[in-house]
Amino acid sequence: MAITEARPAGRPDLAPIRTIRDVPVEEFYTSGHRTCQGCHSALLMKYLAKAAGPRTVTIGATGCMYVANTSYYATPWVIPWMHTQLGATGAAVIGAAAGYAVQQRKGKLPEEPINVIGIAGDGGGADMGLSAISAALQHTQYNALIILYDNESYANTDIQASGSTPWGAVTAFTPSGTVRRITQDRWKKNTPAMLVAGHPEARYIGSASAAFGVDVMNKIRTALRVGGPTYLHVHDACPKGWDFDPRYSRELGQLAVECGVVPLWEVVEGELRYNGITRQIVEGRRKRKPVREYLMRQGRFAHFTEDDIEYFQSKVDEMWEKWILPGFLPVAALPEGLPRPGRKLAAPADGAVDEGAAGEGAGEAAP
Amino acid sequence: MAVTEASKRFAQHEELITGTEAVAQALRLADVDVMAGYPIRPYDSVMSAVAKMIANGQMDADFIIAESEHSQFEIVKHASATGARVFVGSSGVGWMYAMEAIVVTAALRLPVVALVGNRALDDPGAFGVEHNDALAVRDAGWLLYWVAEGQEALDTTFLAYRVAEDARVSLPCALSMDGAFLTHSQHLVMVPEKDLVEAFLPPYDLKKRRFHPDNPISIAPQYNEDWVMETRKQSDAAMRRARGVIAEAYEELRRLTGRGDPNPFVETYRIEDADYVLIGMGTVAMPIKVAVDQMRERGKRVGFLRIKWFRPFPDEELRHFLHGRKGVGVVDRDYSYGSTRHGGAVYNEVRSALYDLADRPPVIGFIAGLGGREVSVEDVFRIQEQLERSAAGDLLAESAHWIGVRGPVE
Repeated sequence: MAITEARPAGRPDLAPIRTIRDVPVEEFYTSGHRTCQGCHSALLMKYLAKAAGPRTVTIGATGCMYVANTSYYATPWVIPWMHTQLGATGAAVIGAAAGYAVQQRKGKLPEEPINVIGIAGDGGGADMGLSAISAALQHTQYNALIILYDNESYANTDIQASGSTPWGAVTAFTPSGTVRRITQDRWKKNTPAMLVAGHPEARYIGSASAAFGVDVMNKIRTALRVGGPTYLHVHDACPKGWDFDPRYSRELGQLAVECGVVPLWEVVEGELRYNGITRQIVEGRRKRKPVREYLMRQGRFAHFTEDDIEYFQSKVDEMWEKWILPGFLPVAALPEGLPRPGRKLAAPADGAVDEGAAGEGAGEAAP
Repeated sequence: MAVTEASKRFAQHEELITGTEAVAQALRLADVDVMAGYPIRPYDSVMSAVAKMIANGQMDADFIIAESEHSQFEIVKHASATGARVFVGSSGVGWMYAMEAIVVTAALRLPVVALVGNRALDDPGAFGVEHNDALAVRDAGWLLYWVAEGQEALDTTFLAYRVAEDARVSLPCALSMDGAFLTHSQHLVMVPEKDLVEAFLPPYDLKKRRFHPDNPISIAPQYNEDWVMETRKQSDAAMRRARGVIAEAYEELRRLTGRGDPNPFVETYRIEDADYVLIGMGTVAMPIKVAVDQMRERGKRVGFLRIKWFRPFPDEELRHFLHGRKGVGVVDRDYSYGSTRHGGAVYNEVRSALYDLADRPPVIGFIAGLGGREVSVEDVFRIQEQLERSAAGDLLAESAHWIGVRGPVE
């Protein structure tokens, strides 16, 4: 391979996407994959490739976005893609980023910003790969973005529970039985907030949903532009794992945010911002929908009784009403005399469209 | 070996350094780009040495501290895919913790070079040498070498990069080094200057396989039964080609430095007229050579053969040197529970290599020095006595002999 073309060094020139017209027409994740109908993780792959553009390499850990996407001879990736082991996304992006950095420094490669993006599922990212992602976020000299596509189960193998599976959901490992109705008795792990808390030097960590395409693409661009090791946690509706008709993926993804189950936020260089519908809820401009509307659309919660729904609602209420920062910091009690932190929050980054603020379905129009 | 005319063109200087420091010197000269470290004794002193060289400005490389061995090996795997020259290593159970990354590195045909500071597998927590850690990759598609002394540690590191990165091979290479006996003992080592390395080691060039935006390829896509047989056969062909590439590289290094055993695959010691030949890997060579000398003084015709490359396995050399002997004794610093005749891994490989010979010698297995226990010269005498008895006796009744085990342990 001849690598001769000179390109500008420094950070990538990725402008914020203000309207749908700013979204690049070019596809870098195209036909050739075998993901399920209505797969929002595949939609996320398309968004990330569009947002990051052609000077990008992607590294995908084992998971459905490996097995369903890269069947030999039929890859949808137009930009380079490489496999990494299930628990190694953090290590893989640091290795690749270091490879480019050293070779560029030594003159073995021309200097230019190369977007290194690692892709982990919730099984690989929130479970076995968590230590490597944490380690990656400490190597602040390298530019790399880790995206966790959270479809809330090991969706590649046969839908088994992960640390990111919601309480009560039926999976292959957590069935509903005649004696024990609920066997998924673990509450969903708060992976992105955990990473914020532990990595004060990381310059970008965010939470997003594939149901809000422009918001996702802007978050990816912000993370790449800000640089250093960064992390984005994206909630993806999964028709197979959640057991609903594929035509409702976007609705389900949006409901998760509207019901307050999945809050959207980002921490950019130490500053917390709530985004879209979540921001409206935080600021009191919008009411949360009952979680029943979200839960009862999915077969994985079909065994729920009224008590189960009530319990789920109470846990979500607790997060919104008692946590110091809703959806973010699960600490309710403050020492006597210490004022509760205010809700004065920064405006969205770079004048980007505050998607969701415009009302329901704002993300629908993304290409 | 005498210094040749050619070697005088290249400046070298002598240093008293440990085995791991010798490897570190080679890494500096080989212009390694990315290294990843995670602590475990005894391999880790190589990382301490390179970290110090980087801190002192003697070496331009990125040294990445990983949070586990698994990450350590994944870091260098992906750095290697971008075209960087990389180095990594581990010991004992740490090497096993990285095993998933280790096997895919070979499957991806990436020329990662690793150091295994041989160490017993826990439990019990033991820091001493045993070869089972490195032997775990014997079937994984890694080139695998056992070093015996400091100069060899330095020279073989250059060889490892040259062979691993050769387009005809493109396989990772592990250098095994006995914990403490070599990793932490000092040797006088000739350290060459940069010009020699530049003459010997071409830059690493992945060509069409480089992972880079200018080269939009997919690496390690998913295929089930469709192409696995073909992939495995390609790796096998590369391993077969490695024999020729190793021989070429070895000859070139000998030409440039004027030193080195004439045979790249095995070292032979006083075996020309030997009735009995002892075989071992790594530093067990030292007590065996001393014992061979002493037995020779007493009129016993005994020799020693040290296996250097374990993968590819030197079966041609073994057949050439061992046919027609009265007995061959293989000293394993490893064990393979429940294997053929309850022997070690090397014993079974040697025995298999000699099977096709019409005049094959009796091959007797010995388990010695496990967990870092010293193999003494007296132990070697005992091995030789047992070898002579066994070679004359009922071979079908034999299982491997454990040397130096205290008390009844049945």
